Amino acid sequence: MTTKLFGEPVRRREDLRLITGRGRYTDDIGHGAAAAAFVRSPYAHARILDIDVDAALDVEGVIAVYTYEDLVGPMAEPLPVLIPHPQLTAPRTGYPLARDVVQHVGEAVVMVVATDRYVAEDVCDRITVSYEELPVVVGVDAARAAEHAVHEDVPDNVAARHHQETGDVEAALAASAHTLSFTQYIERSACMPMEGKGVHAVWNHDDSSLRVHTSTQASTSVRAAVAAKLQLSLEKVEVVAPDVGGGFGVKIVHPWPEELLVPMAAIALGQPVHWAEDRREHFISSAHEREQRQEITVGYDDEGRVTALDVRAWHDNGAYTPYGIIVPIVTATQLVGPYAVPVYRVRIDSVYTNTVIVTPYRGAGRPQGCYAMERTMDRIAQDLGLDRAEVRRRNLIQPDQFPYDHHLTFQDGRPVIYDSGNYEGLLDKLVALVGWDRAEERRAEAAARGKQLGIGMAMYVEGTGPGPYEGGHVQVLGSGKVLVSTGLTSQGQGHETAFAQIVATELGVPIEDIEVVTGDTRRFGYAVGTFASRAAVMSGNAIALAARGVRAKALRIAADVLEADVDDLEIDEGLVQVKGTPGASIPLRTVAVLSNPLRYAFDEAARQATQFAGPGDDSKPPVAVGDAPGLEHVDYYSPIRSTFASGAHAAVVEIDPTTWEIDVVDYAVVHDCGNIVNPMIVEGQVHGGVAQGVGGALYERMAYDADGQLQNASFMDFLMPYASEVPDVVIDHQETPSPLNPLGLKGAGEAGVIPGTACIASAIEDAVGRRIAAMPISPTELYDLVRDPDAELVPTREGAPA
Amino acid sequence: MTNVSTERAITVTVNGVPRETTVPVRRLLSDALRHDLQLTGTHVGCEHGVCGACTVLVDGTPVRSCLVLAVQVDGKEVTTVEGLARSDGRGGEILHPVQEAFRECHALQCGFCTPGFLMTMAAGLEARDTSTDITEDEVDEIVGGNLCRCTGYANIKKACRHAAGLMKEAAE
Repeated sequence: MTTKLFGEPVRRREDLRLITGRGRYTDDIGHGAAAAAFVRSPYAHARILDIDVDAALDVEGVIAVYTYEDLVGPMAEPLPVLIPHPQLTAPRTGYPLARDVVQHVGEAVVMVVATDRYVAEDVCDRITVSYEELPVVVGVDAARAAEHAVHEDVPDNVAARHHQETGDVEAALAASAHTLSFTQYIERSACMPMEGKGVHAVWNHDDSSLRVHTSTQASTSVRAAVAAKLQLSLEKVEVVAPDVGGGFGVKIVHPWPEELLVPMAAIALGQPVHWAEDRREHFISSAHEREQRQEITVGYDDEGRVTALDVRAWHDNGAYTPYGIIVPIVTATQLVGPYAVPVYRVRIDSVYTNTVIVTPYRGAGRPQGCYAMERTMDRIAQDLGLDRAEVRRRNLIQPDQFPYDHHLTFQDGRPVIYDSGNYEGLLDKLVALVGWDRAEERRAEAAARGKQLGIGMAMYVEGTGPGPYEGGHVQVLGSGKVLVSTGLTSQGQGHETAFAQIVATELGVPIEDIEVVTGDTRRFGYAVGTFASRAAVMSGNAIALAARGVRAKALRIAADVLEADVDDLEIDEGLVQVKGTPGASIPLRTVAVLSNPLRYAFDEAARQATQFAGPGDDSKPPVAVGDAPGLEHVDYYSPIRSTFASGAHAAVVEIDPTTWEIDVVDYAVVHDCGNIVNPMIVEGQVHGGVAQGVGGALYERMAYDADGQLQNASFMDFLMPYASEVPDVVIDHQETPSPLNPLGLKGAGEAGVIPGTACIASAIEDAVGRRIAAMPISPTELYDLVRDPDAELVPTREGAPA
Repeated sequence: MTNVSTERAITVTVNGVPRETTVPVRRLLSDALRHDLQLTGTHVGCEHGVCGACTVLVDGTPVRSCLVLAVQVDGKEVTTVEGLARSDGRGGEILHPVQEAFRECHALQCGFCTPGFLMTMAAGLEARDTSTDITEDEVDEIVGGNLCRCTGYANIKKACRHAAGLMKEAAE
């Protein structure tokens, strides 16, 4: 049956338009609109003394120039703190345009609108902003030292002190047979979608309505923000996320200043206004992630079983906290991974620096947590002379321990209770897939070629699909077309295909008849957004429930027409039929026509339907109480808590002892995201995640100098992996369905990136026998490390004690 | 500052169609294609010539249209992603083998970098002896100069091999 498509590697329905140049990204929309450009702060911390726009106003083609002084009402107030938290005691956000102090290079100070972007940038060049420079805070350690304050009224630079504990960690450590402590760092990277942000706004003067296209991961929330900030009634604002050229987290933040300012200008000027972020703007005014300093103390027994874990960390949240402390919370709660940790305490201070804001980037704090836990496992193994895989195995939560309660509170405020999993199964598969037990042979073979080979592994558990909800709408038209919509957005994950597969399977209709729309508030008004690997779990299940609602109604109508029992009916290939009785059937499209008692015979479908329409019972209304015309259904999926996907990665590296180039020669992934809707898409997500993991481990870092200038704000200098830097990836799947949702899904979006830094650090350490405690690591840094007489030595052979 | 409004009329054949347009001399080819000719399939990812999303063919050679001024293509032929498929003569289109391969091999996710990869790969594969099997070195050479943030490149390399196979079949 071609309609049973759940689990099949269906080719993507998005692709034809995207490979022929017919995609529509935000910058492709609105030919001829006026163009916005921004004057941004060149200083990391400065007081604005004066803004002189006189020379700019002479430029031919200038339409308008806006500064903070031009913002009125809610626009003149600070941007919202999206996700408050009781431990976020000093939240700070900027203004759409800087008011008096700029807190990072790239903060928007002036918006220019002109006839085109070239002219707009000419205008920007002629605007003179005078600043008084203020002391700059860059990096976690400077923030902690607090010799200077980022925000005058936050003298210790601490935005939040996040703290969770599951017992008396001091006592548990004291009672442990062994303890060890270490400190490690992880630096900044960024999402870097190939398409930057973009906003296009059109004000319709005739009906006083606003339409905004924006490259966002959360169109419904942008809509609410625009309406509130511009004091418009919600129904007068439409927000559409068209084709979006990648997100990876940065586009979940909202409202970006430009998402408010561009519509504001469109309304004020009465003409369409457009803004497309350029790459440098993206580097210095969007968002980064990852930087933390971690101090870890672990207690363990003679067998290597963890008895207590104490994590003290500092998280660099950049200049502002619009997205709350989600990233440190995720680090804190996902750190324990697949392991049973009897007593755990985590304290993370989220600190301000004069740098770009830090908000979720694919993984969203999980890579840091995984780095902490997995490097801890490696150290226990080294200390006891045990195999690293074996130490992990001894600490794993067992299959009969689910649901497993970590007694922690997750990012959604719900308990961290793992729904299901088989972590030992993952480890077994990984060991076989990467050839873990043959590592020594390979090391010898590589050594014969003059290379230093090392192998490392890392495991993770990823909380996916957090609530509160997503919705789905499914409607069958008289033409047979099935319209599906959900409010969350797409940035390349293949939702049009995966959601169509779900509906085809649930409803029994050919996928060719199904059209899926995401991220368009005209079609679906309630949504949360695309983040935290939640689209398949949340909207997938909501759409399945909506399709089931449609199916139930279709069967009810068809049963009436066919004079059959509902339980005897099935839908296949778009035909409702009595099981085992060929010919006793009615097309679903005809049922759709029958579902509406108003049937003007505009088309053949309506004419055909009249043959089925009975005389009706004239003692009852044409539409029964509680019923509605049309064959459609809206439903929502709202989980009690997150699902928890899991996986294990291993990397084999070869290091050239002349150049100290680090080559990832093998990369193995075992992945469990519950039931899989489309394995082709899931593998694609894993491939992409691994590439970002490798980038984060070996190449990508935000090189701020002490003045807060980002020294590598271009693709020339910020090294994103090309094909030549990404290893071939071998993947094995394990499917442990979630018991929490109807489709048994978990989530796959972020998994590929999470263990990259941890397992590559482990592999490099294994290759060179020197402690790796700061990532990413470059060949130069590795060279310096191996030459450093004080570098800590570690054993490079399994079972060899340090 | 020089007079930025200086304009020049140019004639350029785009996707086989002669086009006459007047552009400011400072106009990038990428902007001229996207905004003046409304061929928005060519994407701009970095505007400094590194990512390759804006790659088009100028007289058959891949160039980064963000590093070329529109006036530099006066009198030349430009092919964009919109011109990659051929007409089937009946109002439909026949996809180029690289387009077929990208779809078959799931070589795109968000699709933003895709036009640049397609143009680079089409030129690379057409420039080689299509009757021979492609080597991994050739694949690495063809795929190695463009950035993609979604796919991790595995399926783009796979598509390159697949397209080479399709072109070999067609040559036989």
